[in-house]
Amino acid sequence: MIFRMFLPITFASTIAASVVFGEGLGDAGKGTKIFSKCKSCHRIGNGAINRVGPHLNGIFGRKAGTIDGFAYSKSMVRAGVDGLVWTAETLDAYLENPKSLVSKTRMNFRGLKNPQARADLLAFLRGYSDEPINIPEAEPTATKTDLKIDPAILTIKGDPEYGEYLSGECKTCHQSGGEDDGIPAITKWPEEDFAIAMHAYKQKLRPHPVMQMMAGRLSDEEIAALAAYFKDLE
Amino acid sequence: MKMNRRSFIGTVTAATATLSAPMVMGSGKPRVVVVGGGAGGATAARYIAKDSKGGIDVTLIEPSRAYYTCFFSNLYIGGLRDINSISHSYGTLATNGVNVVHDWAIGVDRAAKTVSLAGGGTVPYDKLILSPGIDFVEGAVEGWDTSAQNAMPHAYKAGSQTELLKAQIMAMPQGGTFAMVAPPNPFRCPPGPYERVSMVAHLLKANNPTAKIIVADPKPKFSKMSLFQEGWAEHYEGMIDWIGEDFGGGNVSVDPAAMTVTIDGELTKVDACNVIPAMKAGHIAHLAGVTDGNWAPVNAADMSTKADPDVYVLGDSSQQGDMPKSGFSANSQAKVCANAVRGALTGSKVFPAKFSNTCWSLIEINDGVKVGATYQATPEKIAKVDGFISKTGETAEVRKATYEESVGWYTGITADMFG
Repeated sequence: MIFRMFLPITFASTIAASVVFGEGLGDAGKGTKIFSKCKSCHRIGNGAINRVGPHLNGIFGRKAGTIDGFAYSKSMVRAGVDGLVWTAETLDAYLENPKSLVSKTRMNFRGLKNPQARADLLAFLRGYSDEPINIPEAEPTATKTDLKIDPAILTIKGDPEYGEYLSGECKTCHQSGGEDDGIPAITKWPEEDFAIAMHAYKQKLRPHPVMQMMAGRLSDEEIAALAAYFKDLE
Repeated sequence: MKMNRRSFIGTVTAATATLSAPMVMGSGKPRVVVVGGGAGGATAARYIAKDSKGGIDVTLIEPSRAYYTCFFSNLYIGGLRDINSISHSYGTLATNGVNVVHDWAIGVDRAAKTVSLAGGGTVPYDKLILSPGIDFVEGAVEGWDTSAQNAMPHAYKAGSQTELLKAQIMAMPQGGTFAMVAPPNPFRCPPGPYERVSMVAHLLKANNPTAKIIVADPKPKFSKMSLFQEGWAEHYEGMIDWIGEDFGGGNVSVDPAAMTVTIDGELTKVDACNVIPAMKAGHIAHLAGVTDGNWAPVNAADMSTKADPDVYVLGDSSQQGDMPKSGFSANSQAKVCANAVRGALTGSKVFPAKFSNTCWSLIEINDGVKVGATYQATPEKIAKVDGFISKTGETAEVRKATYEESVGWYTGITADMFG
């Protein structure tokens, strides 16, 4: 999944810290109520399917107009082709006035003018998208996750030389050149995001059995070492 | 088998291979010689050359110029891969500091620390890494020896044997019979024969839907058995007859001239037959005197042999403990070994051994399954730490994702081996 290459750059600083560790975009609880305005057309959560509008699982980080089988406006498809990706920033703009961002969108909604309401709604939606713990690869999360990680663990300074040795295990599947041919790229990640992802596997919050097994026996120092090594891998 | 692995290619290449520069040593640098350019040997050579940054002279002795991976060769049989897509050259390794010598290693003098070559001459080493894959145990299947491998291919060293087997399956008459004689434990790629049965069934389903598949197996059970049996019932109903140990599957003889297979006294005329005999370490490991019985016992911490601390054995040929004989395992062991060898020769830091393995198998298009585990070095052996296996009844979406992941893994591991 390519979007995770830029996801940390676009909102790692705001969302990674805020959503994972609590406070954030807005109040997701209030957002639940605001979502009732959207419900007549959009579904979200476990088993959500496309209705009048596309389902909204995994919206964060998704390229606009790319859910298979949904008939988007040409305008929305073109926006995606042109590089529109749904982030907190772009969704905020779209929700404020859909037609200002995608001129001929079929979304027949006049917009949410109240910034706090948009923030609350985004916080609600964010719970159904990949979080930094799902980086770099995971199925779209339809349930909220609950990663317990001591912030001190994320401050461990990894030894890149040890990381290079340990990375041998990763490179049997993940290509060191950063290509993605069915197994995602893991190079050049911000160290913290890399570490969060590995701890989420270790805690079996992320679903992939191979990665749960691989991460399961890595110590905090080893995860930090891998993060330090892959961060700079060309 | 008289020679070591891939002799079906090597009989040609060995004669024509000319020996190039690697005899020129004397640079004062420590010397590592690797015999066998598969998942173990190519990886070890690449990592030692790469990580020592020219500080170690690395020579890889491998008779074949094109290496065909055994993994994914069943997908070629099933028609899902081109034979060229599983072929790899040594060009990138050669341009990245590995002396690649296309010749046969025909002897090891452990006292003089040299390897002798079929093309003449010897190559000196400080550390020798043997990764010669498998050879077959003589007399393992009554009526079969390697002289019969054209009539009844083993196709368990990928390349021309694989192509031959596929051609014979394609030439079967409508409603004909394909037989497989499966090997006893331990053998290369535990799910391999059963993935092959699946891929043969896939091929026949499209081209010869009334054909039958008989598998004579000396084992009572096999890797991923419930997953394969579920898949066979779902995709190839009534086509595959697996005869395990309980039904005399181990009591088998073949007649390659008459094309018959006799299982527990019952003779069957077959149209194509894949004989996968019992296996042992590649020939050079036996010649080096580091084997005990069929395999070469090694120390788990660094893959050095119990017989000689300067000779290491990787992959299928090694007797290491709990890891299955697989390309993934050999690649994993090679990196532990490379780290230890480099440390011993240059004083670089040696990190503790960690091993892992995952084996993907394809049952039908987009129906992939996997099994895997992690391992650690103990004083006795490589010991399993944790593992997982695909579950029966998984959704088509999960199986498709598993298959796609295996395709990604193939690209990843071959890049890790050959650069």
